[in-house]
Amino acid sequence: MTRPLIAVLDYGIGNLRSAQKSLERMGADARLTADAGLIAGAAGVVLPGVGAFGPCMAALCDTGLDKQARAAAADGRPFLGICIGLQLLYERSEEAPGTSGLGILPGTVALLPGNVKRPQMQWNRLEVRTPGPMLEGLDGAWVYFVHSYAAPMADNVVAVCDYGGPVAGVVAAGNVWATQFHPEKSARPGLRLLENFVNQARTAAVGA
Amino acid sequence: MNATVPSNARVIPCLDVDAGRVVKGVNFVDLTDAGDPVELAARYDQQGADEVVFLDITASSDRRETTLELVHRTAEEVFIPFTIGGGIRTVDDARRLLRAGADKVSVNTAAVNRPELVAEIADEFGSQCAVASIDARRTNGGSFPFEIFTHGGRTPAGIDAIAYAIRVTELGAGEILLTSMDRDGTRDGFDLELTRAVVEVTNVPVIASGGVGTLDHLVEGVVEGRADAVLAASIFHFGEHTVAEAKSHMAAAGIPIRPADA
Repeated sequence: MTRPLIAVLDYGIGNLRSAQKSLERMGADARLTADAGLIAGAAGVVLPGVGAFGPCMAALCDTGLDKQARAAAADGRPFLGICIGLQLLYERSEEAPGTSGLGILPGTVALLPGNVKRPQMQWNRLEVRTPGPMLEGLDGAWVYFVHSYAAPMADNVVAVCDYGGPVAGVVAAGNVWATQFHPEKSARPGLRLLENFVNQARTAAVGA
Repeated sequence: MNATVPSNARVIPCLDVDAGRVVKGVNFVDLTDAGDPVELAARYDQQGADEVVFLDITASSDRRETTLELVHRTAEEVFIPFTIGGGIRTVDDARRLLRAGADKVSVNTAAVNRPELVAEIADEFGSQCAVASIDARRTNGGSFPFEIFTHGGRTPAGIDAIAYAIRVTELGAGEILLTSMDRDGTRDGFDLELTRAVVEVTNVPVIASGGVGTLDHLVEGVVEGRADAVLAASIFHFGEHTVAEAKSHMAAAGIPIRPADA
């Protein structure tokens, strides 16, 4: 099988390397990169991340990767946001009221409610609400979450976890997927999701 | 402190590492290299561990390189979260470790000396990777019940551990790794009063550490200590129990937890 080129957007904050390494493990030629040419030629694009909405968005803009991310999401290539990389896809976040997100998905990322510990830092069970090729093998799987803010509940939320009520676990909109949990830190089920994504990228690359 | 929804408990093996090698002998018969922390961490990942903590006690001057190398290799072989602690003094120290692939950094002595370090790491990289490590002992009649110790638990800091827990939480710590130095190495179980006292004053997850000798101790840490996670070393390293056994035991006691074979 071919190893599809997957660009893991490197905006310089926190642990981005684990995402690259786990994609490689699942059969991708994954590059941690901020190079526009490389990103433009990739079969799939991953926006990974740990950290806070404001500094991460600022780092994306400083590196020009905000434009690269929007372009990749718009041109139909498989795109995967992880954790803060999911939240950055939205228009804004309560974590950084003055900061605009990428605006690829509508709505505002909101603080988890006060009746739960924040951050949610635990393994939790995924409940798939809208099955699809990206979620094969993931229904009922335990995955690792660490976050204090969450995406708005809407029809594009295709999997949830229960944390004082349903919390967005995976969102999907066409070629754009994003996980609130960390697939690169979720043992076998997480690697399965990344494998599903690599397969999407491989298929898209063949079709292109 | 206000949380009403319990977390799913986590089981966290801890590895003491010196110059890139596991300090205490480890008794898994089928490891190719029982002293390799990366191979051990990968084994714990396979057994169903929820996270792994490395405590780096390297004193030599090449510490930085050996530690980065360890983190680098771990990120390639281990697909659960891992924390590294020991000797982290600055935001730059934290940045290097996170860039190399660590998920969290645990700060101890440097943060006791200068608590703002917790805020600096949390502001730059997010609270989720800023772990405040607290080593505490009972004062047995002092002006506060539990005192902070630094430098691997050797040096009394004259600081109230409970007040410090509140302080580091306010500064942005995303988690507290709480070790009872009275219990550490005793195998008598966690100091449950200490654990509960810290859990009651903070709304971030608390990892109980120090004293685990039996699987029942893990249950006590969660049920009586109300810890979000339990850390243990020797019961896993010496092959007495697997992580899977620990999790089955905790689940049988009614604790919500990810099954080891999930």
